[in-house]
Amino acid sequence: MIKTQNLTKNYDGLLAVDNLSFSAEPGEVLGFLGPNGAGKSTTMRMIAGFIAPTSGSASICGHDVATDPRAAKAALGYLPEGAPHYGEMSVGGFLDFIADLRQLSGAHRKARLDYVMQRLQLETVYEQTIETLSKGFKRRVGLAQAIVHDPKVLILDEPTDGLDPLQKHEVRTLIGEIAREKTIVISTHILEEVDAVCTRAIIVARGKLVADDTPAGLKSRAPSGRLEDVFRDVAA
Amino acid sequence: MKSVQIILRRELASYFATPLALVVILFFLVLANLFAFFFGAIFERGQADMTPFFTFLPWLYLLLCPAVSMRLWAEERRNGSIEMLLTQPISLWQAVLGKFFAAWLFVGLALALTFPLWITINYLGNPDNGAILAAYLGSFFIAGGFLAVGSFTSAITKNQLIAFLVAAAICFVLLLAGHAMVTAWFESWAPQWLVASIVSLSFLAHFENIVKGLLDLRDILYFALVSVFFLLASTVVLESRKSS
Repeated sequence: MIKTQNLTKNYDGLLAVDNLSFSAEPGEVLGFLGPNGAGKSTTMRMIAGFIAPTSGSASICGHDVATDPRAAKAALGYLPEGAPHYGEMSVGGFLDFIADLRQLSGAHRKARLDYVMQRLQLETVYEQTIETLSKGFKRRVGLAQAIVHDPKVLILDEPTDGLDPLQKHEVRTLIGEIAREKTIVISTHILEEVDAVCTRAIIVARGKLVADDTPAGLKSRAPSGRLEDVFRDVAA
Repeated sequence: MKSVQIILRRELASYFATPLALVVILFFLVLANLFAFFFGAIFERGQADMTPFFTFLPWLYLLLCPAVSMRLWAEERRNGSIEMLLTQPISLWQAVLGKFFAAWLFVGLALALTFPLWITINYLGNPDNGAILAAYLGSFFIAGGFLAVGSFTSAITKNQLIAFLVAAAICFVLLLAGHAMVTAWFESWAPQWLVASIVSLSFLAHFENIVKGLLDLRDILYFALVSVFFLLASTVVLESRKSS
């Protein structure tokens, strides 16, 4: 599970994240919504241990990210925004590298690698260098690296950004499949995704938490019942 | 330390992903031999040692080491892969060390590939091979110092060219700190202890013994300390800048 308490990030006067507290439990798929610049990616980076918070704390499966980063990161699968990667590596080589860092070995390693290759349809591009792949394939490689070690917690920053409708559907199906025992946080702009995948949604604006409810609960806040209207009301 | 190894292997493999690595090594080997034969007159002087070769090495390192180290961190920060790397269950220090050792091994490979010259000197005469081996080891450590500087400059910018130039500049100053040009100016106004300290900073001063084949532990320690200092500096810079 994920827990943040008064998470704050102050960039020399610019308050990117302002006292954000929320938690997510296994079985939940938490949608992280907000306008651009609201602090979603910054929050995710703090939880993933990439940036240090100015104050407040975050923990993954009980491991505080600041005091026990190794254990926290080991329990986490993270897909950064834009799905960065090592372009010159082959898909297979890159996943091997991640599997090494994640200390996967033996039959379990082979099983996991086979699973992500097959589930994310990467078999045809196993030998190809990542920089030659299309956007959709690059995104799937990023997802593969996030799930290869079967982490209990997943944080995905805009996982379907730039994918075509078929690919979007595949990714959402995958998330639905693995969501049962995992805690998943997805940040997204695509409000239909919230309906399709999320069990709960948080809206942040200007660094602050402005709504935390189920998709149905959020929709009931607007007379039209549409998420866009709730979003506009709350985040504008 | 297993993580350091994993990162080292990946980094080293990425050097050879393009022909660039071979071009760099070739360029270094051609220059090293050219300098030894033409500027160093290693053949004409008729002495069975490799002093001319080792004398020019630090100046070649000024080109080679920044070229190898400029990509260590600048590229990662520019394309965002640093975020993917540092959210794996490893520490920043392990990443810094892994990449540094990969760069160091690569330069070590380039250095080792100068062995034909060593064989040639042995064919032409009867050199003190122990002294030559000691000189090779010493120059390996100087390269380490330069590469650590390069790791630092690569961490402070996203632009590889700037990383290269600043690293070359810092190494140049470190190299020249003991040169008569610099010391003469200091001697004119500075107290003796200060002049001595500045001379002691100089890579060249520490290298002179090594060229003769005298491997003083203090000289090796100096290069090791400079390396550690700049690697720590890299870590500090990366920690504060990784998200920008």
